[in-house]
Amino acid sequence: MLKKVLSTVLALATVLTLCFAFASCNNTETPAGTDTKDPAQSGTEATPSGKTVKVGFIFLHDDTSTYDKNFMNGAKEAQQALGLADDQIIFKYPVEEGKGCYDAAADLVDQGCNIVFADSFGHEEWMIKAAKEFTDVQFCHATGVKAHTEKLANYHNAFASIYEGRYLAGIAAGLKLNEMIAAGKFKAEEAVIGYVGAFPYAEVVSGYTSFFLGARSVCPTATMLVDFTNSWYSVDAERDVAETLISKGAKLISQHADSMGAPSVCEQKNVPNVFYNGDTMSTCPNTYLIASRINWAPYFEYMINCVKEGKAIDTDWTGTIATGSVVVEVLNEKVAAAGTKEALEKATADLKAGTLHVFDTKTFTVDGKEVTSYLADVDDYGDFKGETEVIKDGYFHESEYRSAPYFDLRIDGITDLSKQ
Amino acid sequence: MSDTTALKKSETREPLFHIAKRADIVWWKAWLIRLAALAASLIVCAALARALGGIAPLAFFRSMISGAFGTKRRIWKLFYELAILLSISLAVTPAFKMRFWNIGAEGQALIGGLATAACMYYFGGKIPTPLLFVVMIAASILAGMIWAVIPAVFKAFWNTNETLFTLMMNYVAIQLVTFMINFWVTSGSGTLPPMSEYALPTIGSNAWILNIIVIAVLTVAVYIYLRFSKHGYELSVVGESENTALYVGINVKKVIIRTMLLSGALCGVTGLLLVGGTDHTISASTVGGRGFTAIMVSWLGRFNPIFMVLTSFLLAFLGAGANQISNDYKMNGSISDIITAVILFFVIGCEFFIQYRIVLCKNGKEGK
Repeated sequence: MLKKVLSTVLALATVLTLCFAFASCNNTETPAGTDTKDPAQSGTEATPSGKTVKVGFIFLHDDTSTYDKNFMNGAKEAQQALGLADDQIIFKYPVEEGKGCYDAAADLVDQGCNIVFADSFGHEEWMIKAAKEFTDVQFCHATGVKAHTEKLANYHNAFASIYEGRYLAGIAAGLKLNEMIAAGKFKAEEAVIGYVGAFPYAEVVSGYTSFFLGARSVCPTATMLVDFTNSWYSVDAERDVAETLISKGAKLISQHADSMGAPSVCEQKNVPNVFYNGDTMSTCPNTYLIASRINWAPYFEYMINCVKEGKAIDTDWTGTIATGSVVVEVLNEKVAAAGTKEALEKATADLKAGTLHVFDTKTFTVDGKEVTSYLADVDDYGDFKGETEVIKDGYFHESEYRSAPYFDLRIDGITDLSKQ
Repeated sequence: MSDTTALKKSETREPLFHIAKRADIVWWKAWLIRLAALAASLIVCAALARALGGIAPLAFFRSMISGAFGTKRRIWKLFYELAILLSISLAVTPAFKMRFWNIGAEGQALIGGLATAACMYYFGGKIPTPLLFVVMIAASILAGMIWAVIPAVFKAFWNTNETLFTLMMNYVAIQLVTFMINFWVTSGSGTLPPMSEYALPTIGSNAWILNIIVIAVLTVAVYIYLRFSKHGYELSVVGESENTALYVGINVKKVIIRTMLLSGALCGVTGLLLVGGTDHTISASTVGGRGFTAIMVSWLGRFNPIFMVLTSFLLAFLGAGANQISNDYKMNGSISDIITAVILFFVIGCEFFIQYRIVLCKNGKEGK
């Protein structure tokens, strides 16, 4: 018996050793396994238009996060559109917002990437550190704020005018509220929107304000309650906040946080929900109304083409409806009010034509007064002092002086529950 | 085989096998069992990867090895991860040997890191750098010791449950870190920018080398302390039997408090290395669950610092390798968790076969 066991064990051990030996043999042959930083060694074919590209993507979470999944889909879409091979697109996740981001960036450079992209706000400091060290590699960062003040030739920020998408989604929400008022479900002055925010950042403030302005443009009695989870991804916290908002009288919920927490509560309680970064049509068919999303594929195509052609990438790049970066997802006809589609088409055309501005100062007040001048904190030196005049020609110029949002006015009609 | 025994067997319905404790096992047999378990687990993992993601077995192993050893940087990072995990495991080991279930290493290391970050934040640029380093080292060790000695005192004097106490102290530490970050960073971004100008000096080409060297020295020191010092002997006597310890005149309360002070100090050093050495900032996830993984490292390594180097290596390798598979095949992060879990299941499970043997019952006679 013992002999039998021993011989089986030994046989297994031999197999294992062989496996390892074989695998490591193969490994030394892959150029990615070497320590050189020469992209020419990356083993990919040069594109006919010029430089070989290899793009490394750094994501905060895996694809269970809707936020990161949206970036991953954009990367895959860009890969397909540009006809890049699978080994020209490298993913790295989960990458923490800390030293791990620098390590991941350096590892991507080691693998021969000539573009490194990171998707989360907290990655920025570490991307800059890597950009300073690897000067022949382009570093692109979504949602960041420091490219225009760091003035590095190889470090760039990107974002999209998502406030336009949220404004459009807001119109659909406002029309839905109108429909519910007309059906006698609640009184006009009870048209309360609940908003689940992640952090009280400008990015989130800009988002919920544009959503609210869109809703109020069609439903003048609408008001909004906002609360924060202080996390970008927390199913439980988002669920809790959504439940609180509903118990405080919210008739419709939207969110700027990355989990399915809020939509699942809405589906349970039959409250209409406006989603972000994808659609929940299949999981929440009875309450999903509409969603807005940033499509990152146009930016990815742009940055890859720049490197291919040897052109400089914009320090700040802001995608718009026109570039295809701001997308309004499929409208749920089952939930939406009649005439929503037409209203959205008209508003989209007006936004494109520049005749409609989301942050038109005539449409909102702060402490009961119209805002005629505002210094926003566009240059982020950590001082939190505004230095750039952003109100000109009767509207707040969002995402023009840098790509990341800086609208942080707290307008009348929106109540921040975290401040109570 | 006679008819009478067969009849007897069917009447008494004897089980096919029973389990017996092994008296002692030769070292090479134990290692053969471990190796076989590892091999079996890898085969199961490769089969799973094939079934779930259509990954060819050879590519599976290649990916895993490349994740851990693919480049010079990855090798350094692997040894760094090994070192940090080992460092926390070293910290919990004296307490475990004393049968004091310190599961608060996460919090003790985190609070050491917080003390380091606080020194960098408040004194950075205001006092000479060498002095700053002294303050950082002292503060981190002190903070770790305080966090560890509170449950120790309660255990020694009032016999409170140290498992729950140390566990709760983790959450206090995590909340304290979150609170301090929000206190320091007013923008609401929730992240403290790195304070690299006040970081500990770098040895050689990367920030990992200093940590690796410090922890290598600590490993030897803890080994000697546990194996050859009077303290080490005393704490293992307390662990074996408190009554024996009392009988031979060991002050049990003193040993508990002293050992936990050491445990906390080592955790504090880990926090210092994490924050001052590599991260230069702190977040609630700086220790990243290593405080809990360390428990496994210490147990699997049988509280022997030298074996713990091997178990830390295994876990660091699994971390890097399994993650590489999910990245290479653009698969959900769950695949790396599954792989890690399967391998650990086999590796931990095989310890059973080292402690016990299965005895087959054949016709009333015991076979081997």
